[in-house]
Amino acid sequence: MAHAQDKYYIPHGTKWPILMSVGLFTFFLGVSSGLNGGSFTVPVVMGLGLVLTIIFLWFGEVIGESEQGTYNDQVDSSFRIGMMWFIFSEVMFFAVFFGALFYARQLALPWLGGEGNNFFTNLFIWQGFENAWPSNGPADVGGDFETMGPWGVPAINTALLLTSGVTITVAHHALKENNRRILGIFLAMTFLLGFIFMGFQAYEYIHAYQDLNLKMTTGIYGSTFFMLTGFHGMHVTIGAIMLLVIWLRCLRGHFTPKHHFAFEAVAWYWHFVDVVWLGLFIFIYWV
Amino acid sequence: MGRTVGNNRFTKCLAVLITSLLGGGAAQAAWELNMPVGATDVSAKVFDLHMLILWVCVAIGVLVFAAMIYCIVVFRKSKGAVADTSIAHSNTAEFIWTVIPVLILIAMAVPAAQTLVEIEVVRDTEMTIKITGYQWKWEYEYVGEDVSFYSSLASESNAARQLNTDIDPFEVENYLLDVDKPLVVPAGTRIRYLITSNDVLHAWWMPDFAVKKDAIPGFINEGWFEVNEPGIYRGQCAELCGKDHGFMPVVVEVLPKEEFDVWLAEKKGGVARAAATANQ
Amino acid sequence: MSATTTHDEHHDDHGPDKGIMRWITTTNHKDIGTLYLFFALAMLFVGGAMSLVIRAELFQPGLQFVNPDFFNQMTTMHALIMVFGMIMPAFVGFANWMVPMMIGAPDMALPRLNNWSFWILPFAGTMLLSTLFMDGGGPASGWTLYPPLVLQTGDALPFAIFAVHLLGVSSIMGAINIIVTIMNMRAPGMTLMKMPLFVWTWLITAYLLIAVMPVLAGGVTMLLTDAFFGTSFFQAAGGGDPVLFQHIFWFFGHPEVYIIILPAFGIISQIIPTFSRKPLFGNDSMIYATASIAFLSFIVWAHHMFTVGMPLAGQLFFMLSTMLIAVPTGVKVFNWTSTMWKGSLSFETPMLFALAFLFLFTIGGFSGLMLAIVPADFQYHDSYFVVAHFHYVLVPGALFGAIAGAYFWMPKWTGHMYNETLGKVHFWLSAIFVNVLFFPQHFLGLAGMPRRIPDYATQFADFNAISTIGAFGFGFTQLLFVYIVIKCVRGGEKATAQVWDGAEGLEWTVPSPAPYHTFEDAPEVR
Ligand code: HEA
Ligand code: HEA
Ligand code: CUA
Ligand SMILES: [Cu+2]
Repeated sequence: MAHAQDKYYIPHGTKWPILMSVGLFTFFLGVSSGLNGGSFTVPVVMGLGLVLTIIFLWFGEVIGESEQGTYNDQVDSSFRIGMMWFIFSEVMFFAVFFGALFYARQLALPWLGGEGNNFFTNLFIWQGFENAWPSNGPADVGGDFETMGPWGVPAINTALLLTSGVTITVAHHALKENNRRILGIFLAMTFLLGFIFMGFQAYEYIHAYQDLNLKMTTGIYGSTFFMLTGFHGMHVTIGAIMLLVIWLRCLRGHFTPKHHFAFEAVAWYWHFVDVVWLGLFIFIYWV
Repeated sequence: MGRTVGNNRFTKCLAVLITSLLGGGAAQAAWELNMPVGATDVSAKVFDLHMLILWVCVAIGVLVFAAMIYCIVVFRKSKGAVADTSIAHSNTAEFIWTVIPVLILIAMAVPAAQTLVEIEVVRDTEMTIKITGYQWKWEYEYVGEDVSFYSSLASESNAARQLNTDIDPFEVENYLLDVDKPLVVPAGTRIRYLITSNDVLHAWWMPDFAVKKDAIPGFINEGWFEVNEPGIYRGQCAELCGKDHGFMPVVVEVLPKEEFDVWLAEKKGGVARAAATANQ
Repeated sequence: MSATTTHDEHHDDHGPDKGIMRWITTTNHKDIGTLYLFFALAMLFVGGAMSLVIRAELFQPGLQFVNPDFFNQMTTMHALIMVFGMIMPAFVGFANWMVPMMIGAPDMALPRLNNWSFWILPFAGTMLLSTLFMDGGGPASGWTLYPPLVLQTGDALPFAIFAVHLLGVSSIMGAINIIVTIMNMRAPGMTLMKMPLFVWTWLITAYLLIAVMPVLAGGVTMLLTDAFFGTSFFQAAGGGDPVLFQHIFWFFGHPEVYIIILPAFGIISQIIPTFSRKPLFGNDSMIYATASIAFLSFIVWAHHMFTVGMPLAGQLFFMLSTMLIAVPTGVKVFNWTSTMWKGSLSFETPMLFALAFLFLFTIGGFSGLMLAIVPADFQYHDSYFVVAHFHYVLVPGALFGAIAGAYFWMPKWTGHMYNETLGKVHFWLSAIFVNVLFFPQHFLGLAGMPRRIPDYATQFADFNAISTIGAFGFGFTQLLFVYIVIKCVRGGEKATAQVWDGAEGLEWTVPSPAPYHTFEDAPEVR
């Protein structure tokens, strides 16, 4: 392992980006075609396969360079700043769906119930509709449903994620103190907690669909519920996979107490997913 | 044919352009430059507001552009101007051109807010009409009167607007601004309108009343107007609603109160008769 | 470069690869900038050709060429292509080329990501354009994609939505790269307040992009699920509201228009001092004004929705916040003017376009201010007055800004001077035709012509005819621009390093054409 460069490393030529774009393009063509009722298996599988392969190879190359000491401190802070703003963009992405939830609860539903100057909305179109959350709207879209109470599975999930936030912090400290054994154990605990969370979430979805008649089609309640928890679940999955990768890298002896951007990036991401969950727990399940 | 019509239009419009530039011929009705004053007190107020902000902008524009032109004319390198590089900023100047615009804006915001409040507060209305947008027509319902009907593009316009037709739009009276059955309302009456849609968004726009309100499926918006002068007023749908968005005009026929009562009674009779025949 | 280069592998290759692979695999900010710029230029003609279809149909009343549905597809695609395919990539291209050179960085901070940001675009563009050939045609709901109408789109809907997603990914990645470059790659001594204004405006633009592109992505995702998975976000029956989409769209859309104009402000702020041979007046207040505009842009979005039946308090709030934007924008206009004051002005093509920008953007700003006055907007809204407003800020505003920048930096890029006479011809024809094209649209709107209609009442005939003449004149004039660019790339008078005698800044210290790698050793900035 060479000493860190004193020059900012500029990679020379890369074929991953264009292949990545081809993969995404193929994938989305397939999905679109599928949504329109056409055939989709081949492009979706090919596209997704290409995307995943490229992610693997692209990250592999970057990790290799990183381990060779190609990146100096300035490159490291580029990665850090970049990751921070990437997470900010994710925050904004979730903000839209929270915004939709608040809009529906605070504005749209009350209006449909005749509030503000919407007396006539209620009188002429939705006679007899009284606004109360949870709601699947004045037309009772999707039929009667039950909501997911906060104190069962969601509370357990909250505990799981909060604990995982602690374990990753412990792992981080261990890494900084070069205690590889603790690092390995606590990192493993973190992603295991993540996967258990996903298991519960899957169970919850099945329960919702089979027992509660709570579906994506259940009016605005179902829409916001599944959109928010769904995208969150997707992020937990991605985060947990990243944790797994980081763990494998730790086992291989990657990272030093001083130099471990990838570890921190994943940790930040995981905390972000955690915080979003708290928002979900409060606004989706609880109040 | 389309092509010849086009050439005629082209030459005519060049001719008009030239004559109007020379100071003549500008009286042509087609060369409408400004917003209509309209037929309601509100529309007149909106017009005044529009003129006020227009002139404020023109005045600021004249000053700003004059300054720019002055610089361009006077400080030319080709005329030997030498740059005074010591001028980098001036707190006084920057303070002034922050504060003065703020004051101007406040001066504009006050009358705007007053007019807005007047428009938005619906009270003391004497009758209610429910307007529903459809792809691509309007339905008008006289609430509580059991009268309602659809209003669609007049058939002459509809024939002339087809692709590849030989009909010259200039030969069609009120091309695209005519309907089979206009909305009929009494003059001098404060009318509440409720507006909604049955499919996608539409917007009911009547320039002469300064009314433009979106028709939103599942929700009802309300507003009001009171027309002073009897007459026929024309407008259009103002929210993209699909392929025939350009072909769902709004036409309102304002009758003197007594005539309106007669019209309504007749309509009601018509409905009653129709119901009676249906029952038989 | 000096003795420190011994152990740098990347130093053994100073030139680009050969052939097409150079462009596909490049990680060089200059190559990627060039790619962006040519992509944007191509899209100007694609989007422009669509606008010429629109203008041709509107030349006279009656339907002559296209059916109404195809007309709406043209309107929608024209706007999407121009906004996402032309003007935004153009400015990202400028950022790629100029930001590293202006701050003394060796390249963009994340070069591979940079390549990806670009190479998403052609695919996303292809996906979007391909919808025109699908069952039911392309999206025809206007670029604003309002439901429920957009849900009536045929097969094109998911393709268009995913294209928007991809364009969003490209923009976000590009923006992250620009922020990281500016925050982390500045040469020693290049403090934030010393940064050139173009860099500043792009920094702020990049923040805006990261904040709002995900919002658009979320909004169109909800459209997708409403269309295909039975959700009720935008349906009253299920407790949603079609207007919710409008809020989401404009929460993105309004900052978006400043994303479009701020980089142009930056370019103008480089050009006017150069050709006035005088430093930019009120440099610091320009920075604060830019930041204020960006901040305000988040709280004015509903001025696009005054007719949806918002509560009175909401209308008042959005009217006042919108009007406030005139203040920082005014500061900019006044500062530019003051920069010329007691300067020593010369009028090469970049300066001419910058001056046209100054006048015509201001006119567009005034009409924007008029639109902000709610009662008056009840009349203006969705009429050609709005079309006139936004084309004044977009075409002689943003597009002229881009063209001015292209002339300004072309000698640095190519090493050759462009043909000044042709440049001036291009300028005068553009400046005249753009007014012939868009000025009459103010009158049309005031007289009551709605936008997004393929056919109109006969009293609107004359101004429409004039506008169409202007459109074709303006459009074909741009072919001259292409000719000038190609000629300049191919050859011409050799450009000096400084190019313009009033030019200041790091980018003018390197030779013209700028070497493939610049500032591998950071310059010292006093
Ligand atoms: C580059 C893009 C750009 C820019 C910079 C602007 C700038 C502004 N815009 Fe514009 N706008 C658009 C692009 C842009 N807009 C687009 C694309 C649409 C339509 C979208 C669609 O529906 O498809 C639109 C629509 C639009 C509307 C909605 C109209 C409607 O649909 O009913 C409104 C309403 O308030 C508005 C207002 C403004 C204002 C107040 C500014 C201000 O920022 C302008 C400020 C500038 C000045 C005022 C001039 C300079 C100032 C001075 C010289 C100082 C002194 C001046 C005074 C004190 C008056 N715009
Ligand atoms: C940056 C953005 C941008 C730019 C640069 C332009 C540029 C132009 N726009 Fe655009 N326009 C919008 C953004 C833009 N527009 C938006 C956002 C809308 C709203 C859409 C909506 O309602 O949803 C709109 C809507 C719009 C309308 C209203 C349509 C309607 O309401 O139905 C019209 C009508 O005149 C129009 C015209 C033009 C013209 C003539 C130009 C000209 O400046 C273009 C100049 C032309 C060229 C530069 C091309 C030259 C082409 C040739 C010479 C042919 C050769 C061809 C090839 C080689 C392929 N535009
Ligand atoms: Cu109805 Cu447009
Ligand atoms: Cu806006």
